[in-house]
Amino acid sequence: MSKLRDLLTQSKDVVYTAEFPVIDGGGMEQVKKNVDRLSPWFVAVNATDNTAAHAHASNVSVAIAMKQHGLEPIMQIVCRDKNRLAVQADMAGANLHGIENIALLTGDDVTAGDEPETRRVFDLDGPQAINVASILNAGTYLSGRKLSPAPNFFICSVENPFAPPHDYRIERALKKHRAGAQMIQLQIGYHPDRLEKFCAGVAATVPDLAIIPSVVLIKSAKPLGFMNDKVPGISVPQEVIDRVAQSADQAEAAYQLALEQAKHALSLPGVRGLHITDFRHDDTLERLMYDLGRTPNQYK
Amino acid sequence: MPKLLNLLLAVEHGMKKPVWDCTMCGQCVLHSTGMTCPMTCPKTLRNGPCGGVREDGHCEVKPEMRCVWVKAYDRKVSLPLPTVWKEHYNDLRPPVDMQLKGTSSWVNLITKRDQQTPAGWAKRKEETGAH
Repeated sequence: MSKLRDLLTQSKDVVYTAEFPVIDGGGMEQVKKNVDRLSPWFVAVNATDNTAAHAHASNVSVAIAMKQHGLEPIMQIVCRDKNRLAVQADMAGANLHGIENIALLTGDDVTAGDEPETRRVFDLDGPQAINVASILNAGTYLSGRKLSPAPNFFICSVENPFAPPHDYRIERALKKHRAGAQMIQLQIGYHPDRLEKFCAGVAATVPDLAIIPSVVLIKSAKPLGFMNDKVPGISVPQEVIDRVAQSADQAEAAYQLALEQAKHALSLPGVRGLHITDFRHDDTLERLMYDLGRTPNQYK
Repeated sequence: MPKLLNLLLAVEHGMKKPVWDCTMCGQCVLHSTGMTCPMTCPKTLRNGPCGGVREDGHCEVKPEMRCVWVKAYDRKVSLPLPTVWKEHYNDLRPPVDMQLKGTSSWVNLITKRDQQTPAGWAKRKEETGAH
């Protein structure tokens, strides 16, 4: 059972998702700590797949561990490291363990990671991987060979409305929807005008595609500058950086920026919730959720 | 016949390599992608740009190169290409068939070999028409 799907299809409730921290140490104890921190606020949380092209405990293993600890996973599968056989094996493995939410992504390039000498795979791209998940939902592998019981995946994807070519991002989201995506999380962005245009364009054509924009919690202007300079696909306008940098209390200014972004995003057509990326790791997450009118354990 | 095939292969490669940096994937989609080859994308993406396109429209992997899909979109909008080609721009293109690598896409077009997809893919396309 996917609570995420139920909420999106059978209620008007706002859906909050987040990123599960990568697991490189601390074992299951660390998994449990993360679950305890996140589960009061989020209906489902992304189990990442070698995020930012760094190796970590695998997507499938973390998704299973999350589920065992009572937190619903959205299991990501990234096209960078796996050919189509491995992608389908991840899907069949998720199905075996009753994991229903899966998110298909093209993925950062290997050059974004700490092993840039790695071979890049990209045997499938994001839209193709979504279509493959739809094929598995119909009870066969890509080859037509039977898979039983057929999965009941709730298929998610990611889009970046903030990166060029901006006009084309709407069409690409629609293509992902045609391939089978029912929910689309958005990458981090600091151009509200681009977000507005994207949401309006998508919602006008496919109102049932749930759009989940991202909001980032940071402590100062420094990460804004870092994202702008170092992360391809993210641009942060200078006035946004200045607004935080020139404030007497940068942590507070950064928080107010995030809160403003969250409220703005929630007001847009097609938007059914938010994806929170927490780089602060303090009590700001709770503060944000309370300020957005949430109380703990509302999804329980 | 093999001689003719080899000749076609040589002519195709001779034409497409200098103009499009053709890698002979054997399943050419140039007409539907604004006459821009998606196989020159470092991630070989055939269904649009990734999320890493830089603010200046350049590639995440090769910052000196303009994103293939930024170029494709510009050309699709601005070039006087046949309408039917432009209509195919948003097609969901199937995964590359690695068995066709190094073969002539012209021959594969005539024999319709380039339209063969795995059974699961073909069935979904037939059922949903969603491509």
